[in-house]
Amino acid sequence: MSSTYYFAIVGTNDSPLYETELGVQRDESKYLNQFIVHAALDLVDDAQFMSTACYLKIVDRYNDWNVSAYVTPSNTRLMLLHEAKADDAIRLFFTDCHELYLKTLLNPFYEPNTPIQSQAFDTKVNVLAKKYLF
Amino acid sequence: MEKQYKSIGEEAWKNNTEKASAELFIFTYGSLVVQLAKDYEDYSAVNKQLDKMGYNIGVRLVDDMMARTSLERCSGFSATAEVIAKVGFKLFLNVVPTVTNWSADAKEFSLILDDNPLNDFCELPPKAVADGLWYSNVLCGVIRGALEMMQMQTEVAYVRDVLRGDDVSEIRVKLVRMLDEEVPASDD
Repeated sequence: MSSTYYFAIVGTNDSPLYETELGVQRDESKYLNQFIVHAALDLVDDAQFMSTACYLKIVDRYNDWNVSAYVTPSNTRLMLLHEAKADDAIRLFFTDCHELYLKTLLNPFYEPNTPIQSQAFDTKVNVLAKKYLF
Repeated sequence: MEKQYKSIGEEAWKNNTEKASAELFIFTYGSLVVQLAKDYEDYSAVNKQLDKMGYNIGVRLVDDMMARTSLERCSGFSATAEVIAKVGFKLFLNVVPTVTNWSADAKEFSLILDDNPLNDFCELPPKAVADGLWYSNVLCGVIRGALEMMQMQTEVAYVRDVLRGDDVSEIRVKLVRMLDEEVPASDD
């Protein structure tokens, strides 16, 4: 069971607002991760119509990778690339990341749909990842 | 004397104020600062504008405060400091800063704010920090305006701010001069 995850927050115009690799990193997967997540966005849209919940579980698979998605009411997508199956842990991770994202939105200096560059946000996401995913 | 001000402040807060949503207030203030930043593009100009706005608020606010609390004239500048901290701040922001760092001639003091409700949720972008933006500079203007109505000319400025990485927020108040020369008629 490998412990690499790729987490991305995708805005309403499909561009990434925040991305991070958690756990052990493998060099060749960097651009591949973005590609996989981007391709999965269509499936996220489909899954959105099937369910009224925010957490959409696994929406896509690519070789060994699973793509889980969580859609916020403002249509911002939280996407996680993972190999292991851990529904509950991932759901909790997404929920907490959603709260972090909300706090970022409440910052008057943050413009919605722009990249999140705050160092504090990055640190907190890593803490959450350690808590739920490892 | 101190206990008296504290209880005056708390009682006025409980009975004589209309409460409004704190979140609405901080979001309004936040978008105000951001809009000023966008308009002026120079953070020191934003500081000045916030101070001016605060000044206009302060000259009116002080009468409001006096009406709600029916306080008498302060015996001296140290009493003024206590009133600002325990009654003024308590009444309008529901926080009580600590009064410290009195200068040798008792004409300067610091207000240490452990938590400033205006700062909730706010994070300054690196450029704002580098250019010296004091996010809650409006408070400095309010204090300056209020004291000027009370016949004291002061210089009020931020010294430290949690949003810029310091551990507490500190406002320095310096009395420049008293504005009226006459001694007011006293009760005895």
